[in-house]
Amino acid sequence: MMDFNLTSEQKMVQDMVHRFAEQELAPNIEEWDEAEAFDLSVFDRMAELGLLGHCFPTKYGGGGMDYITLALVCEELERVDTSFRVVMSVHIGLCGLGILQWGTEEQKHKHLTPLATGEKLGTFGLTEPNAGSDAAAIETVAERDGDEYVLNGEKMWISLADTADTFLVFARTDPSAGHRGISAFIVDREMPGFESEEIHGKMGIRAGDTGSFTLQDCRVPAENLLGEEGEGFKIAMSCIDNGRYTVAAGTVGLIRACLEASTQYAMERETFGKPIAEHQLVQQMIAHMTRDEEITRLLVYKAGWLKNEGVRNTRETSLAKWYGCDASFRAAENAVQIHGAYGYSNEYPVERYLRNSKGAVIYEGSAEIQTLLQASYALGVRKDKPVRCELPGWPYEE
Amino acid sequence: MRYIVCMKQVPETTEVDIDPETGTLLREGIPSIINPFDEYAIEEALQFREERGGEVTVLSMGPPQAEEALREAVAMGADGAILLSDPAFRGSDTLATARTLAAAVGKMGDYSVILCGKQAIDGDTAQVGPELAELLDIPHVADVREVREITEEGITVERMIEGGYEIVKAPLPALVTVLKDINEPRLANMQGIMRANQTEIPTWGIDHLGMSSSDAGLEGSATEVIDVFTPEVGGEGEMIEGEPRDQAKALAGKLRDAGVI
Repeated sequence: MMDFNLTSEQKMVQDMVHRFAEQELAPNIEEWDEAEAFDLSVFDRMAELGLLGHCFPTKYGGGGMDYITLALVCEELERVDTSFRVVMSVHIGLCGLGILQWGTEEQKHKHLTPLATGEKLGTFGLTEPNAGSDAAAIETVAERDGDEYVLNGEKMWISLADTADTFLVFARTDPSAGHRGISAFIVDREMPGFESEEIHGKMGIRAGDTGSFTLQDCRVPAENLLGEEGEGFKIAMSCIDNGRYTVAAGTVGLIRACLEASTQYAMERETFGKPIAEHQLVQQMIAHMTRDEEITRLLVYKAGWLKNEGVRNTRETSLAKWYGCDASFRAAENAVQIHGAYGYSNEYPVERYLRNSKGAVIYEGSAEIQTLLQASYALGVRKDKPVRCELPGWPYEE
Repeated sequence: MRYIVCMKQVPETTEVDIDPETGTLLREGIPSIINPFDEYAIEEALQFREERGGEVTVLSMGPPQAEEALREAVAMGADGAILLSDPAFRGSDTLATARTLAAAVGKMGDYSVILCGKQAIDGDTAQVGPELAELLDIPHVADVREVREITEEGITVERMIEGGYEIVKAPLPALVTVLKDINEPRLANMQGIMRANQTEIPTWGIDHLGMSSSDAGLEGSATEVIDVFTPEVGGEGEMIEGEPRDQAKALAGKLRDAGVI
């Protein structure tokens, strides 16, 4: 019943993304990281290669690949830099799969297809200046006015805020109803009242666009309401399940990058008359990276398998995300340690890995949130209830 | 116009073991790739097609798993692929391989150009392309770094020679073997990968090709590999430190001492 072999299709995608990342991203990453900038043509290339829609059903213009393929793509991208995996997380995980799960047929054709072909970039707007982990505390409001909703509020720490075209925005339609008063909207950058800006000065993921956007009397057609009124919190949580999955998969790549850099350096660098790879305490750090890479990958594959089966995976995905993020931070810290003073400088990539790895311990459910979530499952306090729309399993019905 | 690309699946590493009985590669457990030079041949053929129309067919002789490499070529954009696989082909040297490929080309109908990589990174002989052309009785140009022109009448190419290049024109059909300078092979995209998986790849064996077993495989081979090994790296490297002027002076002194200059 267990089969860890990748299909030839999956292997081809893995190889293609590996080469793309090595040939077209890696040569520029140091410059982009330093300048807090990147070349927008990267998105065009991702679209050309089919990466922006690879796991959406073909009837919506996607590649029809499975969720394990999504993990492979994330791993290969983050092996070079976290910024590129983030594109998968927001465009596919948080936005596209959210529309696939909750959208009407008409919404999917209208809003998912341009995301799948890469004609448009998608992202997710839940977090606000005063609401992160406490997502139910969002203050953005949406008031119904005829055939439209009027949105007002501010969203912060949004990946691709200044680049994306399609935003999955969460706002209160009923301010008195707590998390049951939140609704989800598909907002287009072109809608009057939408304005975005970049955030600079981040510690890591500097080659990616992170920013904020404001909605000022932004009129959104009622047909852009995703799901039903008041369903927004559930929609956000299921989108986050998908986003977390991509983050977890990415950490496998980050750990792998740390391991590759560390083993190479440890065999070249000599102290006390021998390569540092022969020192047992260095070996211990390398062994921990190997262990964590494999454990995280297994956790991700398990979550991916559940996704393919069409089975709810909030618990398993959270575990993979929690473990992977902690493990990749640890791996990067040890990679810097193995590189010694050189690792502390930008002469080697490991300091970038360390800066990048810290982000995921905070976003898409901090380590503390994952800890509480796991405890609540273990204690039986939390049980997943079926939602009105489940994420389709794979193979997709065409 | 049909363009045929002959390609080979090779082990990714050069650290391979050899079957003592057949003198051929032991592939078990070693990841396989398209021979890197052949990727350039595929890319060149795809560019021919984009400029002039026609179709690209990739052809490979190898074990059943070589089908994966053919699928990768289809994912890059080839229109079709044919696998030449039969236990009777085992142990083929370059001559037996070229005979088998020639028999297959003979079954494929009209073609204008056959493209091959300069050589395979495992055997490194660079013989199969030219041998295939000889067997088909068509002209060939090896070590091509650029195709200048291709028309109904012929193909004009730049071929690398020691110290420079020469411009050669050959009537069609012709065979060229290409160098890595010729282009930048494209990555397969998702659409190509999906198509590759749906493409049917026929396998042609010795009977289909109408070959006699004395012409194929070990039996049909004119040469035998006695031993294959990774050469030992000899001598110690020495770094000369200092300003460029001093480095040059020190290097000249060492070369003089060694009697090189």
